Amino acid sequence: MATPAQGGYLWAMPLDALLLSRLQFAFTLAFHIIFPSLSIGLASFLAVLEGLWLFTKREAFQRLYLFWLKIFAISFGMGVVTGVVMSYQFGTNWSVFSKMTAGVLGPLLAYEVLTAFFLESSFLGVMLFGWKRVGPCLHFTATCLVAFGTLVSAFWIISANSWMQVPTGYALLPDGRFVARDWLAVILSPSFPQRLAHMVLAAYLSTALLVAAAAAFQIWRDRAQAESRIALRMAIGMFVVVAPLQLFVGDYAGKQLVAQQPAKLAAIEAFWDTRPAQDFHIVAWPDRARAGDDWELSLPKLGSWITTGDANATLRGLKSFPPQDRPPVAVVFWSFRVMVGLGFAMIGLGLWGGALWLRRGLERSRLFLAATMLMGPAGFAAVVAGWITAEVGRQPWVVYGLMRTRDAVSPVGVHEVQASLLAFLAVYALIFSAGVLYILRLIAQGPEAGVAEPPAPTGAPGSAFAAAPPEPTA
Amino acid sequence: MSLDLPLIWAVVIALAVLLYVLLDGFDLGIGILFPLARSSADRDLMMASIAPYWDGDETWLVLGGGGLFAAFPGAYAVLMPAFYLPIILMLLALILRGVAFEFRARGRRRGKRLWTALFSAGSLVAAVAQGLVLGGFVHGVRVSHGAFVGGPFDWLTPYALLTALGLVAGYALLGAAWLLIKTRDALHGDARRWARTSASAVAVLLAAVSVATLVVEPQVAARWGWTGDGFDLGRLARLAPIPLLGAAGLAVLFVGLARGAQAWPFAGAAIVFLSGYLGLAAGFFPYVAPYALTFRDAANADNALGLLFGGLVVILPVILGYTAWVYWLFRGKTATDAGYH
Ligand code: HDD
Ligand code: HEM
Ligand code: HEM
Repeated sequence: MATPAQGGYLWAMPLDALLLSRLQFAFTLAFHIIFPSLSIGLASFLAVLEGLWLFTKREAFQRLYLFWLKIFAISFGMGVVTGVVMSYQFGTNWSVFSKMTAGVLGPLLAYEVLTAFFLESSFLGVMLFGWKRVGPCLHFTATCLVAFGTLVSAFWIISANSWMQVPTGYALLPDGRFVARDWLAVILSPSFPQRLAHMVLAAYLSTALLVAAAAAFQIWRDRAQAESRIALRMAIGMFVVVAPLQLFVGDYAGKQLVAQQPAKLAAIEAFWDTRPAQDFHIVAWPDRARAGDDWELSLPKLGSWITTGDANATLRGLKSFPPQDRPPVAVVFWSFRVMVGLGFAMIGLGLWGGALWLRRGLERSRLFLAATMLMGPAGFAAVVAGWITAEVGRQPWVVYGLMRTRDAVSPVGVHEVQASLLAFLAVYALIFSAGVLYILRLIAQGPEAGVAEPPAPTGAPGSAFAAAPPEPTA
Repeated sequence: MSLDLPLIWAVVIALAVLLYVLLDGFDLGIGILFPLARSSADRDLMMASIAPYWDGDETWLVLGGGGLFAAFPGAYAVLMPAFYLPIILMLLALILRGVAFEFRARGRRRGKRLWTALFSAGSLVAAVAQGLVLGGFVHGVRVSHGAFVGGPFDWLTPYALLTALGLVAGYALLGAAWLLIKTRDALHGDARRWARTSASAVAVLLAAVSVATLVVEPQVAARWGWTGDGFDLGRLARLAPIPLLGAAGLAVLFVGLARGAQAWPFAGAAIVFLSGYLGLAAGFFPYVAPYALTFRDAANADNALGLLFGGLVVILPVILGYTAWVYWLFRGKTATDAGYH
């Protein structure tokens, strides 16, 4: 392995293969998760739209379907190619982790491939290109299978990650390898139910925010745009129900941390001392070196109340963990606040939209439309912030309490990881810019464009765009 | 349980990799042939001929990697760091190739040109990187106490460059043969020329790789009966069906091309690939990380393999079934107008 000095330093940490691998994994995963969030949400949205279209025969639903199908195709493609990277990085950068945990995690990830990835990717072809080859019912079935596949995929990967967060049902062999003792306890580990629910709701919320923003943009220009009026209402319905639900599930997940991952909880709330009636810090700058906070703005006792329901409850602080077992505090503290702040903004947007809807003023409030457009990317930001909270909060462990991240890294040199990290940054910057550009361009054209023009000039055969039937079937 | 689970998994992963090579092979081949097409319209058609399948095809690569992790973690943990650079290169190339399917159709003039170029470059680089991994794999990896202990460029040998060249030619052949099935008229004629050229290249390179393997890798040569100063005919005879299969594949391929057949060249090319694959496997079996870990050394815990086996028996046939159905659904010639969809 390389010596630290070879790669320089980052915030006083040696830029060795370990830190570079962590940065690379975090970067590629944060990039990946944006697209699954959109693909999971859109796949379900498309299934609903196609069902509504088949059932009501209203053309508007079909137009919305064809419109969002194009964006889905881009998002799915980007999700797939960045996902393949993730599955190989377990071996390239975390080979020791792979070897030690495969007895537990191997089957979970393999089942994800067998039950989800093949299903999604095969029926995606039918969904995009099968219009003329299968009947409407079979096509609808294909859409539903893809939507189901995305959820199954979330099931397995969150299951694997939840086991790493709160390991149960395993045995440790003398050579350090994990084997399963009880598969049910492995697959359904204690933090799994709330984390799966939280992630799926996050995907639905993120997608609804994007759908609403696209609709608001069209309505801003043309108040009568029929498809966008429908889409905006569907999205607001989603916020009204799902955003508060997300608060509830997130709050539940946080309460479970008291027992499951006390160090993570202490980092999230910047609790340093173990004491009853902890304060809730709205703002703080946690300083690990000093083991205390600067710039604290706090509400007394609320910290204990939020996490346990009892304002006088005693909660552990970070000082009760040896320094080498404490996660980075500031990152976790702030990413959590970004997520929760955005979550409350989503609840607010839903209430505001709901009120305007009841008063039949949705299309007329320019302020609301502007706010909706502004919130378009908020879901993805909250998703990334949430994952940073969960994963950085687990540090220094890769398998909580059992295996340290620094013991998990591959025997590769610092220069190789430097090269690969730079290459990922460059390629991801390119595909991100292009993907966002093309998605925004489609959104600017709006749902009417796809049906009015003949598909040939803008969409080559082989693109999802060309998959649109030339005439809307009435 | 009396089932030999590690052996079953070795076969399954070998099958996944073979399917990947055949299926994504023709997708990558289309990209490799892209610069040769006469017009943008021809390239549209070439891409359209694989657009409904590529994602499913690439999933076999995920099963290959994920399956190796799940079934032979010891090998996965050694091979991935050993081939760190070519694998990252392959992943980056596959990213560019994959997003190009959508992006090329969305781009306007400049964007379309960019993604045309990157689709092609991505396909070519992915093929080269896979060929380098293959060469490095046959060459073997340095392992001590179950961990990779070699250097970052151990895989970079003249032999690996030769296998990379061979794989590029082979993928181009699969791509051209696929186009014979899916296209008509001028593009069909071009595809026939491309198939002829690449078939000749494959025949030469296959022979070259075979000889080189025997010369460079003594343990492989011994398998084939080479005793140091002559051949042990008994051992050679047992493996002889493999090269004979390759010869038969080449015959099907060339006769098919000469007769103007539509599907036979693809079948011939697939047989040639199968023979090359079996030929290499005969050289390193039972190693999954040559020549350090056998599939038994590297196997996962029995209960993990057992849990997987249950799913495998039920799910793999279903996957093969709907994959075949999707191929059948989009059968026939690809058309340029959107009407074919
Ligand atoms: C909550 C959901 C979720 C999370 C946390 C992850 N993924 Fe993912 N992944 C998906 C949800 C998803 C998805 C919805 O199934 C895909 C399919 C298309 C897309 O956009 O995302 C996807 C695609 C996808 C693919 C391509 C599948 C194909 O060929 O069709 C691979 C190999 C992975 N992922 C692997 C991973 C790994 C190794 C992860 C973690 C380290 C990971 N994903 C996190
Ligand atoms: C897609 C959602 C996920 C995101 C955004 C994410 C994010 C992160 C981040 C930011 C880190 C770095 C933490 C640090 O170094 O301080 C990390 C570490 C890690 N995560 Fe996750 N994670 C996700 C899901 C998963 C899943 C599902 C698994 C495994 C099944 C996983 C396995 C790992 C491993 C092995 C590490 C160790 C490397 C490291 O600490 O950097 N992650 N992840
Ligand atoms: C509104 C209040 C919210 C609260 C109280 C909350 C709470 C939490 C907590 C405690 C975790 C850590 C769970 C763990 O590590 O075990 C978490 C993770 C996460 N959050 Fe939130 N959250 C909220 C809103 C949101 C929103 C609006 C989104 C996205 C749209 C989101 C996305 C995520 C994601 C993706 C993770 C990582 C996956 C996981 O660990 O479940 N959260 N959240």
